Amino acid sequence: MNVQAWTTLFVVLTFGLYTAIAWWSRASSTREFYVAGKGVSPLANGMATAADWMSAASFISMAGIIAFSGYGGSVYLMGWTGGYVLLAVLLAPFLRKFGKFTVPDFVGDRYESNTVRFLAVICALFVSFTYVAGQMRGVGVVFGRFLEVPVETGVLVGMAIVLFYAVLGGMKGITYTQVAQYCVLIFAFMVPAIFLSLRFSGLPVPQLGFGLGSEGESVLAKLEGLDRELGFTPYTDQGGGNILNLFAITLALMVGTAGLPHVIVRFFTVPKVRDARTSALWAIFFIALLYTTAPAIAVFARYNLMESVRDASWSASADSIADESVKPLPEWVRSWEDIGLIAWVDKDGDGEVDYAPGAAFVGKPSFSKEDDRGVFGERLVENVPTEAKNELYVDRDIMVLANPEISGLPNWVVALVAAGGLAAALSTAAGLLLVVSTSISHDLLKRGVFPNISEKGELRAARIAIVGAVVVAGWLGIDPPGFVAEVVAFAFGLAASTFFPAIVLGIFSTRMNKQGAASGMIVGLLFTASAIVWFRFLHPELDSPEHWWLGIGPKGIGSVGMVLNFLVSLAVGSCFPPPSAQTQEMVRSIRVPKGSGRPASPNH
Amino acid sequence: MEQTHARYWTRVLRLTGGLLGVWFLAGLGAGVLFKEQLDAITIPGTGFPLGFWMAQQGSILVFVLIIWWYARKMRALDRESGVEEDDQ
Repeated sequence: MNVQAWTTLFVVLTFGLYTAIAWWSRASSTREFYVAGKGVSPLANGMATAADWMSAASFISMAGIIAFSGYGGSVYLMGWTGGYVLLAVLLAPFLRKFGKFTVPDFVGDRYESNTVRFLAVICALFVSFTYVAGQMRGVGVVFGRFLEVPVETGVLVGMAIVLFYAVLGGMKGITYTQVAQYCVLIFAFMVPAIFLSLRFSGLPVPQLGFGLGSEGESVLAKLEGLDRELGFTPYTDQGGGNILNLFAITLALMVGTAGLPHVIVRFFTVPKVRDARTSALWAIFFIALLYTTAPAIAVFARYNLMESVRDASWSASADSIADESVKPLPEWVRSWEDIGLIAWVDKDGDGEVDYAPGAAFVGKPSFSKEDDRGVFGERLVENVPTEAKNELYVDRDIMVLANPEISGLPNWVVALVAAGGLAAALSTAAGLLLVVSTSISHDLLKRGVFPNISEKGELRAARIAIVGAVVVAGWLGIDPPGFVAEVVAFAFGLAASTFFPAIVLGIFSTRMNKQGAASGMIVGLLFTASAIVWFRFLHPELDSPEHWWLGIGPKGIGSVGMVLNFLVSLAVGSCFPPPSAQTQEMVRSIRVPKGSGRPASPNH
Repeated sequence: MEQTHARYWTRVLRLTGGLLGVWFLAGLGAGVLFKEQLDAITIPGTGFPLGFWMAQQGSILVFVLIIWWYARKMRALDRESGVEEDDQ
């Protein structure tokens, strides 16, 4: 069976599974729709959280990003796992004890203010929508690459399947499909990694395989040797240097992760406070499995790429070569060139690939329309070549998608990766869409405009909202406005500088009042958003370390925004009276697990 | 009642503070601030410079352990202070 047949088979099987689970776990009340009836076991919730969390970007792009940035890629690894520590010890158990449905619920009740609630809804909607557009796009891209259907068709198929199980099952349906999706995605990620590790190091454990070996013998050491030889900064030092900026980015990602509404809400679904703690443990465990494997894949793939392409002769293939001094080009390079993710410009005209630091040409490759070929059979690009010695363009996403092929693994493994990528994208999209729909039907309608709406009416509104959200997300996925990709990376900065301080202060200070929290959130939001808009949209030419404030770029600015939020909240808060005795009592009660069966808030 | 809760909360804060200290040292400390100094050491039997390994593997393992320890300790603390949830 060829790759396409296998892929079709896997996609049909996994989609059938998701649909069956959705039918079996239909929601019949708002409680089931919003928080799965608070009946999810910690293990299942941990898996669902992991699937919810790990997006198309984690699955497809992260290993590639690390492969091409070496040590610099660590900010994502630490940032996207370290956030769970904050979540587990500062937020999850207390929010579970609070016992309602959403993050705006908490901040609105805690600060006795509809303004603060509304502010939180706006932030939640903004963060979720920017994030979900990327996911729908991811679904389309995977379909496009593996099944050769247009990206748009792929997005539509993805929309239909998410629509079906999210509308039917709400949080309950989403949770159990996410459990299945986690299993699919982790299997799809680990199988090629284990094969690679076996091939390069003889060990079936990739986490060890990429570095184990006596002096100079490990894959990592060999990679660094190649780096030096070809003029790259050694892998374990790449991207270092500006320590303050790395620190700021890592911190912003950690705090942002803990402040993302679709992750927080997962901890509302378990029955008990101690389940929220165990569930955070399972979540970080399942996430760590992928996050410790990704840097190993990065090293294997990077080494393999450099070793096999450098000085290879572009026109020669393995079976046509008699001359032993000519190094043939591996077959997979040409097949990815056909798809447009690899391109080569022969700057010195010797027919051999020179791989060196720097971009080969300006921008992403734009291939000639008539598919013109160069002297050595390469696809010609219209981009302007750079001064750099480098001749090869490699898209970072290849690292995960092409791995099975590069290592000569069977077709079913390649297809498995496609199914895994789809699972990662769909599970994250569904979780985000639920936050959007809950924000509208619960926070805006029930707690805002129509407080008298019936249970049935609210459930219907939630379903209609999710349909609307899917349609908007699909539209953003089919025709993404240019700013989406830019903004996604900053969702973290915004979550860090708005939600996180407001929630932490709401739990750990009984004294904090609405004036403090609201001014902190507004200052954090304005500061972070304006720094990002300034450097990314108004003055992109100034977006370089020498113009950054203290060397902290727009990616890390959320940390500064978070600190400002804390300072402003504390300063302003101390100028106004403390909250009502009732609210202070509520804060004290969420700190102890006892009585989690009863809602902690008096006005429920 | 009030007093038990206050004592419980002080102990929770102490545990939380300690674990956040470990969190900071393992991730932002070893992985970023002191990465260069730690890189002088290579983990024996491997090609991993220590700082780099902490940034890409070690810190994540420590994070898992922190959350494990927290869940375990808090459960014991709940029981000792009598603030456990009632089994329904």
